[in-house]
Amino acid sequence: MRDSLAVVWSIGRKDLLLEVRNKEIIVAIAGFALLVLVIFTFAVDLNQANARLVGPGVLWAAVAFAGIVGLNRAFALEVEGNTLEGLMLAPISRDLIYLGKALGIFLFLAVALMVVLPVFAVLFNLIVFRWEMLAISFLTIIGFSAVGTLFAAMSVRVRAREVMLPLLFLPVVTPLIMTAVESTAHLVNGRSWSDMSQWLQLAVAFDVVFLVVSAFIFQHILED
Amino acid sequence: MTRVIRFADPLPIASAVLMGVALWLIFVWVPTETNQGAVQRILYFHVPIAWGSMLGIFIVSGSSFMYLWKKNEKWDRLAVASAEVGVVFGGLMLLTGMIWARPVWAVWWTGEAKLTTALILFFIYIAYLMFRAYFPPGAQRQRLAAIIGLIGAIDTPIIYFAANLWAQAHPPIITGPAADSESSLGSDLGLVLLTATVAFTFLFIHLVQSRYNIRKAEDDIVELKRASGTKMARAGRSS
Repeated sequence: MRDSLAVVWSIGRKDLLLEVRNKEIIVAIAGFALLVLVIFTFAVDLNQANARLVGPGVLWAAVAFAGIVGLNRAFALEVEGNTLEGLMLAPISRDLIYLGKALGIFLFLAVALMVVLPVFAVLFNLIVFRWEMLAISFLTIIGFSAVGTLFAAMSVRVRAREVMLPLLFLPVVTPLIMTAVESTAHLVNGRSWSDMSQWLQLAVAFDVVFLVVSAFIFQHILED
Repeated sequence: MTRVIRFADPLPIASAVLMGVALWLIFVWVPTETNQGAVQRILYFHVPIAWGSMLGIFIVSGSSFMYLWKKNEKWDRLAVASAEVGVVFGGLMLLTGMIWARPVWAVWWTGEAKLTTALILFFIYIAYLMFRAYFPPGAQRQRLAAIIGLIGAIDTPIIYFAANLWAQAHPPIITGPAADSESSLGSDLGLVLLTATVAFTFLFIHLVQSRYNIRKAEDDIVELKRASGTKMARAGRSS
């Protein structure tokens, strides 16, 4: 158990270290998400009522779209440097490789969200810094990285990678996007845990199902 | 050698005959529903087509699972054949549903749980087919496609649950004649639906069968080319 965690962490840490050096993925995710937010401030007349109505949807649509930009890069580096073979040759099981890569993507999304959320709060004039938001964000980006890692690994060798990934990723994560949007809508309308509990349970179920299934299925993706 | 289409196949003949009977039942025999009017007759197509697309999704996920397990080519052929036919049925289902909903619910589309689930599943299986089209052929493509088929099946109950919760929070706007009245048809409806469903099921199976055979023929050609290629290479070496 301890060894497995060490493997997962060292793969995640490797991605994080690469990211600290070249700052490619996090900047791409945060930058893209911020641009979507800014564009929506022009697209919708943002008085207080409208902001509450459309704000949660805009936020999570921006995060989902921006996440794809980051996911496209997550395995591209491994393929460009032929380091995926290195990972596959390492004497570790494939599900740990999956969890390590997913951990990396989770951390990127988390950092990007730390940049995006304050700007969202400012632009849409909504109060989002509550414990509920931490839970919503945590559950949502776990699900995004669980499904995203799987599909990013699958589409990395496809001719039209940039087209294929969103087509696979977005429909599968729609339940999670609904969850995030609805719970955030409860939150900005001043409601609390009990109102969003059903949604949060759904998010937990989604995360558990896709983490387990993806980890199990990942060996079929890597084998040649 | 597999023949792609045989004209004496019982299935297409049965399907054609039943389709004729169903058409007669739908347009001549069954009385017009009093609340919804003539447009209600589209349901006799919509329901069997929706059933066909469901069947397609079941077969895709089942045979994807079997392919990952047994690694037998035939499961992959079955999956791709029923995905293609299923997507066509799915598109027709969405289209006929919308044509019915506009006069009866007074909207083309609404956030009702079954509608949302059907639409998202439609997109997942479009992605499945696009992935197959983009990925270089070989065992890896079949394996990855099978994974997508399986993920779609696993996602279905979650999507439905989420869409249901969502529909509770945003009640669908349905104001047309079907919103608050019982059907005037009773058991007539059952007979017509049954006939049409059997007809469309036969059509579905026939289409899947044909597509399966085409796929098989394509694989045979690749195999033959490879065999003759190695034979020629051997001949070239010996001369």
